[in-house]
Parts: sequence; structure tokens; C-alpha cells
Amino acid sequence: MTSPRAGPADAGSPREPGAVAEPRTPLLSVRNLAKHYARKTGLFGRNQGVVKAVDGVSFEVFPGETLGLVGESGCGKTTTGRAILRLIEPTAGEVVFEGQDVLHLDAGSLRRLRRRMQIIFQDPFSSLNPRMTIGAIVREGISIHRIAEGEEADRRVKQLLDEVGLRPEYAKRYPHEFSGGQRQRVGIARALSVEPNFIVCDEPVSALDVSVQAQVINLLQDLQRDRGLAYLFIAHDLSVVEHIADRVAVMYLGHIVELTSARELYREPLMPYTQALLSAVPVPDPRAKRDRIVLLGDVPSPANPPTGCVFHPRCHHPHRDAACAAIVPPLEEKAPGHFVACIKQPPTIVSLGDSAGQRWHEAT
Amino acid sequence: MPDPLLSVENLRTYFYTDAGIARAVDGVSFNIGAGETVGLVGESGCGKSVTALSILRLIGSPGRIEPDSRLMFEGRDLLRLSEGEMRRVRGNRIAMIFQEPMTALNPVFTVGDQIAEVSRVHEKKGRKVAWNRAVEMLELVGIPAPAERAREYPHQLSGGMRQRIVIAMALMMKPALVIADEPTTALDVTIQAQILELLGDLQQKFGTSILLITHDMGVVAETASRVIVMYGGEIVESAPVDRIFANPHHPYTEGLLGAMPKVGQERERLQTIPGTVPPPTNWPAGCRFHDRCRYSWERTERAHPPLYEIETGHLSRCFLAEEPQRRAQPHEPMVAQS
Repeated sequence: MTSPRAGPADAGSPREPGAVAEPRTPLLSVRNLAKHYARKTGLFGRNQGVVKAVDGVSFEVFPGETLGLVGESGCGKTTTGRAILRLIEPTAGEVVFEGQDVLHLDAGSLRRLRRRMQIIFQDPFSSLNPRMTIGAIVREGISIHRIAEGEEADRRVKQLLDEVGLRPEYAKRYPHEFSGGQRQRVGIARALSVEPNFIVCDEPVSALDVSVQAQVINLLQDLQRDRGLAYLFIAHDLSVVEHIADRVAVMYLGHIVELTSARELYREPLMPYTQALLSAVPVPDPRAKRDRIVLLGDVPSPANPPTGCVFHPRCHHPHRDAACAAIVPPLEEKAPGHFVACIKQPPTIVSLGDSAGQRWHEAT
Repeated sequence: MPDPLLSVENLRTYFYTDAGIARAVDGVSFNIGAGETVGLVGESGCGKSVTALSILRLIGSPGRIEPDSRLMFEGRDLLRLSEGEMRRVRGNRIAMIFQEPMTALNPVFTVGDQIAEVSRVHEKKGRKVAWNRAVEMLELVGIPAPAERAREYPHQLSGGMRQRIVIAMALMMKPALVIADEPTTALDVTIQAQILELLGDLQQKFGTSILLITHDMGVVAETASRVIVMYGGEIVESAPVDRIFANPHHPYTEGLLGAMPKVGQERERLQTIPGTVPPPTNWPAGCRFHDRCRYSWERTERAHPPLYEIETGHLSRCFLAEEPQRRAQPHEPMVAQS
């Protein structure tokens, strides 16, 4: 399997086209990560095969960059994020973080590692303990990792709250006294409290209204700039991901089907699924007229995925044929830094607004 | 101009709670013409869903539609109808599509039974006839193998399929008005595209009017011909769709549009609206948006602005209509200064 080793441009000037990135060591490197669940049904829980939630995913995250991970419900993006942190034990694969093999660490080493890797959850309501004050929630990690104690710990809590835009006196209040956006800020302060350099952001703004969402996105970007954080930003909202990510990986049915810079992906998606996905995003401009590739049917069940390319039954590629149902497409570099899992040549240059979908509709 | 299909006049829906009177909808007036799609947008707590439920008179205690509100629909005031008469309007002349299709469907009946029920209740059709009508509707909303699917239960279907079932139920009686409350919010973007396309096709076929409630400005831009923006239980702006995106007048609308990341746009800092939506029990005095507004001045703290007609068909509840020069002096909003 080809590994997507496309390094991002320097963190200071993300997405500078043509900027020659120095060869850098990835902060996180994920190889052939898989998570399979046994399907047990009936009285005696007989094994009914496996659900391949994540099936051989590989990517790298470099210091200070944001890698977006997008896809629709059930594509495995959340499972991938959690498996990296071992919040879910992966079935197979390799996760190397700062040179350490994450999947073979003992409990103590894993705990120490979690100082460096943190997570922000989607739901700001269920992810905060309602019986703990905001201050206690943020302080917990500081105490567990023995970063500070006593007054020094209090001082850090106040500083963290201030940094995420909450008043320090809020430390004494409980989660229910806050709005969704404020709670998400608490979740961010908690993640930052142990001074990580990598954060998995699992749909951190999906539950928020658009005006509050913008506040949280700006905050995440400010923190990244000030602290040199790397993010794995998991989301289903493609416009949010394009806004925040340097590179983007697109997942479909447990596989990464396309991986490239955010700019390249949105300008010139090469995998037919990505093309359909991007063309489906409603554009907030009533005068924008474009052709939409409307996919037929639903995403197949991961318990019984299609053979070959998992996308082939819904694919609109003009040269789709029997080989697509037989060969599992590797993630290959089709253009510099642009990885695509498709055995066919990209269907010409299909940027947004092109009439590929139209032609396909006419042909069928 | 012909009479509108629905004319909402000074709708006020209040909830009498222990925490005080929540003025969730507070003097809302608008029209929907025959065959028109109107988008009703705003963030959580702005009153858009309560407006929808009020039109169908689905407000339960402690909520109440205040007596001087009027809902003129096909020549009658819905608020003057008896409960029996109202039942003949619901699902028949006005139908509703909810956000979460799983909770809108009954898990213990087949989807065919649930669609057929509409015909049995409103048209008094027999079991067999109603069932056949249900299968026809399933075919119409693009469900493959409709005769077999009709015998399945909601849990056997995907989210997109379920929303098609709900649409089939809503359109069974060819209603004059469909109220769709966030119909695609729970769906993935590719399924959303399918459902929006289906709604558009069916609207053309039946000439149905649609009141589309959503927080997604992208969905509005692609489906609605006119947009109404709500904030704090009131309409703050209303205009034809092209106009509102090209030339928003109210600072809240401007803020909403600026806060959205847009695909293909250069990455710059997103504009934000600081603070959060105030609780409906305690709307701010003066302009309800003044403490979050970049242009507020003393007048906006004291006086409550009326809806100004900026241009034919373009209304905005903002004193900037009288003092446009203030737009040249944006400042930090009050909530951000504290």
C-alpha cells in the first residue's frame, strides 16, 4: 500500500502554493489501522461475521498542522479518532506518536502519553461531569499528571479559562449554567490543561449554532497558532473542514478514498465519491448555479460491504467496469501530494461546477 | 396581487413557565403565496419552530397562542376553528415534515400502514384502497420496490428512506401547504441533496407551498424564493432570496452570513457574533439584538425598532434604516466589552 507521505507546507504559512516544505518527521503516523466488530446475534451469540468499521487506514499528522477527516455517518471517522488514542482498542495496525508505538504501551506509559494527545468531544452536554465545577473539570488533568498543585494549579486553571475566553470566576460554577458554546470552551480548556501537542477534535462544532460555531473555530485556530498544536479535525461539515484544515482525508465505508491538501481537494477532487460529496454541499449563494451529482441509494452496510472498491455500486465514473468490483483500489499518488483510491484515471478534470454529473445523468 | 394562501398576523405564542413568561414568538406577521417556498431561518431559540407549531395549533400547556393573533388560511382564521375542524386541516390541507424521521414514525406499525392511515382518516377510504394509495405514494417519493417496502417497519429503513416515508405521508392528501421543520438536518449531505431534490420535484408537481424552517443558509439559498430571518421571537429581516444574500440589511443577518465558512473561499478569520441568544423570558430592552450588535448606539438600547421597508418586499427591523451613516462606525459589541 502506498503511504500518503505528503508533508504540509510550514505551519506558519499553511497552503502557500509551491512552498517547498522541508522534510519533516510526522508527529503521528497511522499504518493500516483497522477496527472490526464481531456481529453476534441470536440466543447463544453465534458469530455472524464482522463489521469492518475501519479497514486499513493510513495517514500522518505533522507538527502544527490540521488534518481534516471527513465522511458521512458510519464511514469510520470517529472510530479512527478514538482508536488512535486507544479509547477504542484497534483490531490491527500501527500507531506511532513521537516515535512511540502507541498500541503496545503498558497502562502507565499510555497514561503518560495521554498528556501529549488529547480529545475534544462533539457533545458539550454529555462530555462534562454535571457534578463537578468547571474549575474541578479543568484541574483534574493537572492533578493526575502532577503538573501543578495547590495555588499554582488554581492559577493555571484561571489562566486556561481566560485563554479560551471564559471569565476566571466561572471556575466555581457547574456545567448546566453554561450555553453549548461555553461548555465547548470548557472542553477545550480541559484538553489544553495537560499541555498536549496533538488534539483529536471529534466534531467539535457540529452541535453549535453558526454564530457560536464561528467563535469556537476562531478559538481553535488561535490556540493552534499560539501553542503550535496539531489537530486531527473530524467533521461531516465540509465547509468547516475546508476552512480549518491544511490537508483533508475523505473516508467512505471504513477506507480513506482521497487525501490531499484542502485547497487541492476542493478545487479538484479526483475520487468520484469526493466529487459527489462536494457537489452536494448547499452553497449559500442563490445565484450560484451548478450541476449536482446526486448519488443514488444509500451507503451500504459495513457488515456487508461491496467487493472491490467499496464505492463502485454508486459510482458515476464513466469508465466504471467489472474490474472496480474485483480490485480493492490502493491509495495512490495521482498528482503531487494528491492520493486517490481509484483504479481508473480520474474522470478528466472535474472541478466543482463542471458538468461531469450532468453528462452522467444524460448517459443513464 | 392575489390573496396569500396563509397570512400570519401578529402571531404571539407565550409560555407561562415558573421562570416567567417566555415570549417565544412575539408579534410575527408574514404571508405565503400559493406555490411559494419561504425559508424561515434563525438560530436555536429564535422562535422559528414555535411559529411552525403555532400555525398547526400544536401548542400545549403551559404555552398559549395569544388571543389577538390571526392565522388566515384559505379564507378562514385557523384560530377560530373548533378542534374537530382543525383536525380536518392538519395532515389534509396543511402537513408537517419533522426533523427526525425516526421519532415522527411509529415503530410498531409498518410504514405502509402509517401512510395508509392518512387516507383512511381524511378520505374515509377502505383498508385495501388506502393501502394501494400508500404504495403509489412510496413509488412517487422514489422508494424502490414500494410494495415490499410498505410492509417494513421504520427501523428497517435508513434515515434517508424514513424521511421519504414522512414526505409520502405529508403529501398523500395533496396539501396546499407543507411546513418542513429542519427536514434534512439529521441527514448526511449526499442524502440531503436527494431529499431537497425530491421536495422540489413534488412541489412542482402538486403546486404545494412550502414553509422551510432551517438554520442552514445554504439550504435556504438553494430552495427558497423568499427568506424570513428571526431573532428573539421576532422577524428581524425578510426579503427575496437573492436580495438577502447579496445585500443583507439587518446586522444579525449580516453576522449570520459572515459566520459561515464557505467552500472555495479564501481562509480568513470567520466573523463572529459575540455572546449568545438571550433567553425568551428576558429579551433585552430596546432592540433585542443591541448588546451583540456592532453598530448599536443609545437609541437602540432604549427604543424597539419597527420593521422598516428598505425597498419593495425587503423589510428590516433596524434603526440603520433611518440612520444609515452609523454603518460606517462599527465597534466592539457590548457583550464583548464586559
